[in-house]
Parts: sequence; structure tokens; C-alpha cells
Amino acid sequence: MSVTLNINGTRREFDGDPDTPLLWVIREEMGLTGTKYGCGIAQCGACTVHVDGQTLRSCSAPVSAVAGRQVTTIEGLSSRTAKAVQKAWVDLDVVQCGYCQSGQIMSATALLEKKPKPSDTDIDHAMAGNICRCATYQRIRAAIHAASAQLAG
Amino acid sequence: MHSLMNRFHADEQRRLMKLLGVRESSAPLLSRRVFLQSAGATGLVIGFGWLAPTAADAALPGAEGAAAGPLAPNAFVRVGTDNLVTVICKHHEMGQGNTTGLASLVADELDADWSLVRTEYAPSDAKLYSNLNFGLQGTGGSSAIANSFLQYRSAGATARAMLVAAAAEEWHVPSGEIRTAKSTLTHASGRRATYGEMAMAASRQAPPDNPPLKKAAQFTFISKDRSTPRVDSPSKCNGTAMYTADVKLPGLLTAVIAWPPGFGAKLVSFDATDAKKVKGVTDVVEVPEGVAVVATGTWAAFQGRRALKVQWDESSSKDLDSDALLARYRAQATQPGTPFTKPTTTSAPPAAVKTIEAVYEFPFLAHATMEPMNCVAWLHDGTLETWSGHQFPSFDHMLAAKAAALPMDKVKLHTLVSGGSFGRRANVWSDFTVAAVNVAKAIDGRAPVRLQFSREDDTGAGLYRPMYVHAVKAGIDAQGRIAFWEHTVVGQSIMAGGPMAMMIKEGIDPTSVEGVDKTVYDLPMLAGTLHSPTLAVRPLWWRSVGSTHTAYVMETMIDELAAAAGRDPVTFRLSLLGKSPRAAGVLKLAADKAGWGKPRRAGVAQGIAVHESFGTFVAQVADVSMRDGKIKVERVVCAVDCGVPVNPDVIRAQMEGCIGYGLSALYYSEIELKDGRAVQRNFDTYRALRIHEMPRVEVHIMQSTEKPTGVGEPGLPPLAPAVANAVAKLGGPRVRRLPLTRSGLVET
Repeated sequence: MSVTLNINGTRREFDGDPDTPLLWVIREEMGLTGTKYGCGIAQCGACTVHVDGQTLRSCSAPVSAVAGRQVTTIEGLSSRTAKAVQKAWVDLDVVQCGYCQSGQIMSATALLEKKPKPSDTDIDHAMAGNICRCATYQRIRAAIHAASAQLAG
Repeated sequence: MHSLMNRFHADEQRRLMKLLGVRESSAPLLSRRVFLQSAGATGLVIGFGWLAPTAADAALPGAEGAAAGPLAPNAFVRVGTDNLVTVICKHHEMGQGNTTGLASLVADELDADWSLVRTEYAPSDAKLYSNLNFGLQGTGGSSAIANSFLQYRSAGATARAMLVAAAAEEWHVPSGEIRTAKSTLTHASGRRATYGEMAMAASRQAPPDNPPLKKAAQFTFISKDRSTPRVDSPSKCNGTAMYTADVKLPGLLTAVIAWPPGFGAKLVSFDATDAKKVKGVTDVVEVPEGVAVVATGTWAAFQGRRALKVQWDESSSKDLDSDALLARYRAQATQPGTPFTKPTTTSAPPAAVKTIEAVYEFPFLAHATMEPMNCVAWLHDGTLETWSGHQFPSFDHMLAAKAAALPMDKVKLHTLVSGGSFGRRANVWSDFTVAAVNVAKAIDGRAPVRLQFSREDDTGAGLYRPMYVHAVKAGIDAQGRIAFWEHTVVGQSIMAGGPMAMMIKEGIDPTSVEGVDKTVYDLPMLAGTLHSPTLAVRPLWWRSVGSTHTAYVMETMIDELAAAAGRDPVTFRLSLLGKSPRAAGVLKLAADKAGWGKPRRAGVAQGIAVHESFGTFVAQVADVSMRDGKIKVERVVCAVDCGVPVNPDVIRAQMEGCIGYGLSALYYSEIELKDGRAVQRNFDTYRALRIHEMPRVEVHIMQSTEKPTGVGEPGLPPLAPAVANAVAKLGGPRVRRLPLTRSGLVET
């Protein structure tokens, strides 16, 4: 059984096991390696992608669940909001090891798309699913506020 | 890695090669073949010798990526006719920002335009790229910038001198009249050339032996805040940064290993029938580490491993149990061990009027890097290539060669950025590298293979910060001075049983007692002893090594003694810091910036701690609140003295990171052993700090002209004791067992 996917605006067919987590299809079938494997049980958020604009932990979602839906990965970010987030991340030098940051940026972008002026509590709720072992959290928070300000300005 | 490794002699690599039975080269050299490589959108690339993982490797966006240059005066810098400066970084980038730091050292002395500076990672070559503290190529012990400070500046100054000499010759002017700035040479006559334009002529100049270096006042990047933003930010924000798992090679297979379920478990037998039925599984092979399931993709490999039937003999380690171990360590701590320090006071100690006895318990800790361990290995044409976050290339290179039964010159390491290490990737067993090579051997080098640890494999693999117990008995005399201090440490030696064992002197592994024996405090009365039991679970350094536990004991006990003496914790500490003005300096700075002694709002208290590790002094004040018996760290004010602050923003980032990593461990981290197995295997049970738990962090950097020291680790040790001291001030218990989940002070 093949699954029809729409990843970053491109229609793709996946012929393998429909229970394969979306993460591995993105990384190994589509070659989009910006989305990372961290835990495999939706605990760390390194694998976060957007499905129809909502965040999804791709390590724990079978590829069949996103058939016909719009999947966006870090490579496919193009909205004004996403660009503001990425710029703020670079401007504030948020990253350290960087491994979790694709997921962080995906979560932050989804937050700002929904809530252009998030409070600290909004940020806590939206970002609590993304672990950063380098603990770049203070800068993540600052970068989200900076992106928000840039989008408003 | 540990700073004490600088006791290694200069020819360390030769010693280790002999120890491991590894040869440097086979003679005669085999001719290198021409390899074909699919290079994605750019089509086929034909190259001689070793492969690059993809074409993207050579053309990363942002400031990463290579430039060729005719001007190559040394192993560290190239200046190209394209006007790009490439800095070759001998240290591993695992998030600490040293790539940016090393590049800035060269760029400063070279007077380069920062936007024209690129970086690349050095090959494994201990002759060219050794850590000057170790005598081997490797990153650790918060030493990257410290050991490179003069070397990389000198490399830049050399290139600059050659560019200037070339311009002087071409323009017929004295070299002293030529000015350099932003990758451009100018002369008062109006002559002007970019470095790119002068690179070819400069390459014909002789490199000067000892090019003069700038004085601090002349620095353009060093210590100039935000003058050199991180070179790895762009690629890490758009998904193009290449980690080990992202390496693409033609026909690349993925392997996972059915690892022993417990420490010391032995493989009895396995049945691969069902595993081989899983679509995509290509091989099921025995390796020294366990049973490898090799597949065309990661998911197939996981599924194959799930279907694999393996029988293990766990009899040798079934009694390994952390509760039992803790009881044993506690009993041992009541007995004196091998002395590591003796009182140096000659007069009889004054009688103590108040005595405090305390036993401290620290759990095993996993590093839990975001990127689980992995390594790509490819045996082909009589050679081996590996791709990984090779934090200690010299160890990985030797051990990979040994595993592949190849001389070292037939082994090439490609060092990639890694998704964190915190000590995990620097180990004398090179566990992930060797296992990947063993899998590559087991499939006869048929294809390149990536060994991937699952999160559960990674967390359960051992190589933990050992469990430690400290027993301390200390007393205060009638004048409120410390009268005596007896201190016993129990815990595995990290150095024992490997090539680092030579670091153990008179039965004392320095990493077990650092921070007690070499405390910043003036404690001539301290009498310390050490027990170093051995276990089936491998120990390893973990961000800040011995100071992960010694700082907690020292700084909470000092706080208790201050309270017993009725003294303020800051003034009490200052009275003991006469021989360590830099420790006193950061203590005062942190206290001042945090508003120490000023009233806090109800339910909030401050705790303070100061510690030196790897030559860097850090003090922290934690503002802690308590509600319904649960604590929250609201803010941490951190003062750091790391000598010349090379990159202030990276220093701030490392302090923030150390505080978050340390708080994570303080709150939650613990690996328990039951029936010889690790209980916690993933982030659901081995919890990590999340954004809502991160305190506000303020970092204050001491201005200094001392030689720079590291910042990757020293921000961690003071955090836990500062928090614990605040908890006591809030009326909570004196916490002596970590993590805090054990005392119910945080939500479980």
C-alpha cells in the first residue's frame, strides 16, 4: 500500500510499511535530515514538524496518519513568521550543539503563527515539549519575543 | 577530559599505540584509488583519496565550510585568492562554541574581515593538531581555547606577516608602513590590496618564526562582545548542519545492536529467523558488543531488532543494584581509605565546640546528549573511513585502526559537529566508533554502515558519572573558625583500568577528589581519604568531572559551618579565601550583583556557592522560591573569572548551559541499577529540564588579563550547592541525597 504525502509542497509517494514513523520517511526516504531523531517516544521534540500548520512529533506518528496532509519540515519553512524566527535565532546566537533546534524552531514558528504576541506562559506551554540539553531556553524565550516584536514592527 | 592530562608526556600517542598494538603505517603505501561519489544536485564528483560525506560538506552556508588557499603558512590557516580566510579547527564542536573562538583568534591577529572567515574541522593528526595540554588530539577539560590561545593567534599573525611582507616587496615600501584591517592591506601612498589579491605573492614569503602578537588594547575581536557571532548558527537554524546521522553515502546501511541488557551480560545464542523476515533487514551478525541488525533504514533495523530472539547470561551482574551499592558505599565511608590529603597544620587543632557530621549521596548520571551516539564506518579498498562526532580523535583513530586491524595511515576520521557530549564522546574505549567498525567488519565492508544507538541504547550503555558517597565530619571552634575537617570519598575511579590509569598516583585518582584536595579555601586542617571500588558498569567523566559532586559537598558543608558559627555565608567564605583572590573576586561580584543580604519577597531565599574547576572561578547566587513544599529556582546570578574573556557571549551561553544542565541533574537525574540493568532508559524516566523550569540567568564576566581558561564546564559545579543552600535558608532540609526528587522538593 502506498501513502501519498505532501512534504514541503511537493507530492511524494511512499511505498513502504504504512506504520513507519513519519520521521524516518522524512529523513531516509526524502533525504530531509534537518528533522532529528532524539527519543522515539515523543518526549524530546527534536523531530517536530508541522502537519497542516500544527506541530507533530514525527517520531511517533505513522506515515499513514499524514496521508494527504501538508507536512512542513525545517527545510520547507518559508512563511514570514518562520523567517522572523530563524533570524531571531541567529541574531541572538541561540544554538549550542544545535541538534534540538530544528524542532525548537518548528514549535516556535507554530506558536507565533497562532499567537503573534505570546506571553511567557504561552511560550512555556508551546515549548515545553522540546528538550534542549544545552539548556538554551533563556535565549529561545528571548528569540521568540524578538521574532514577535519584529513581526509586529 | 581532564586538565590533569597535561601530565602526559609529549610522545603520548606513541606510548598509547604501543600499548594498543597499533601501527602507524604499513610500508609500502598502497596507491590510493579514484573514488566515485554521488554528490546530489551537483552531479558526480571525481576525487582522489578519501571521501567527503556530500558535496554540501564543502559548501555550507554561513561561515562554515572550506576554502582553498595558496597561502598556507601553517596547519591552522589558509588565505585564498577568493579573499576567504579558512581556519582549520583542531577541536570538536559539540555546542561549546570553540569553532567560533578558534576562528576569532586567527582572525584577530590576521586583521581579517569576519564576514570573510570560514572554518573547517581538522583531520585526525596528533602531530599537527594535538591539544597542547594533552599531547594528543582531543577536546575536553574545558581546554580548547585555553591551549590554543597563543597557537591560533600566532597562526594568524604569521599569515598577516607574510601578506605584509609580500605587499612591501611589491610596493617597494617598508613593511612597517603597511596597515592591515578587514582583510585589506593599505599604504599611505594609496596602494591597496585585498588579502585575496596578495595571497599568491604572500605564499612565496617565508613564514616568520615568532611573529609579534597584539597587545590586548589592539584586539579587534578578542573580548569584543558580539564582534564574532557563532559561525554555526545559520546551519543549525535551517537544518543543514551535518551531524553523523545525516551523512549520506552511496549504499549506506543502518545498524542497531542488540546490546547486552545488563552490565556484564554475555551473549549465549540468538535466533535471527524472524529478524531476517523484516523487510529491509540485510544482515544479522554477531559483533563483540552483541548482535547487530543491519538494514536499509533505521526503522527496519529497529523492527528487525525487535523480532530478534537473543539469549543472554546475566548471572555475573544480577546482583548489581544501586540501592545495595549505596548501602555498601555508606558503610565504606565510615572507614578511612587511601589518604589524599593530610592536615598540614602542625599545632594541635583547637577544640571544636560544634561538630557537623554528614553523609552525601550522588547517583549515577547519564550524559543524555540530544543526539544519541552514532558513527558511520566504511571499510573499503584496504582502508577504513569513519564519520562521527570524534571528540577525541587520537583515541578513536587508534582504536578504530586496532578494531579494523589496519595501520593508522589507512584509517581516516571525518569529524563532524555533534549534538552534545558533556564528556560522553571522549572516552578511552571509543565505544561507538569501535562498535561501528566491528559492524562494518562483520558485513565484510560490503557497504558503508551507520551504527545508531536508540535513546534507550544510549541511556542504558553505562559510561556514567559514577555513584559517589562522601562522609564529612567538621567542627567549629569557639571563635567560629573551622577546627577540623575529616572527609572520605567513595566512588569508582574514572581513570582506572585504561590508558589513563597512569594518572592515578599513590592510589588516588585525581578526578575523584578534585575540588576537595585542591579547594580554593584555606583549609590546612582537612584530612581526606578515598575508596575506589570497581564495578561492572563503566565510569566516565561528566561535565565538570569530580566537581559534579565535590563542589556540592564542599559548598553545602561550608554553608552549614557558617550557619553553625553564626556567620554570613559570604563573609565566612571570604575569611577562608585569603589565598584565592580570584575566588573571592567572583564571590563578591555575584553577591553584589544579586543583591545579597537585601530582603527578598516572602517565600524566596538566596543561596550562594563558589568553586574553581579547570582554572576558572565561578560563583553563583540562586534565588529559590518554595510553595507547598516544592521549590523553584527563579533566578541565578553568575560571576565568572576565566582570564581574558575571549568571546563574552559564548561565555554567557556556556554559563547558561551549565546552569540548566546542572539544574536538570539536581532536580531529576538518576540512573538506578536493578538486577544488573539500568532502569531509566529514555526521557520519560530520565527527565531533562524543560523551558518552564529554566531560571533567569544573569552572567557577569570578570575583566582580567590572566591567560584564558575554559568555560564549558566550570559554570556547573556551584549551581547545585547554591540552590541547596537556599533551600536550607527557606527552612527546607539540608539536602544530602541527590537528585531532589529523592527529598520530594520537586514534582516527580
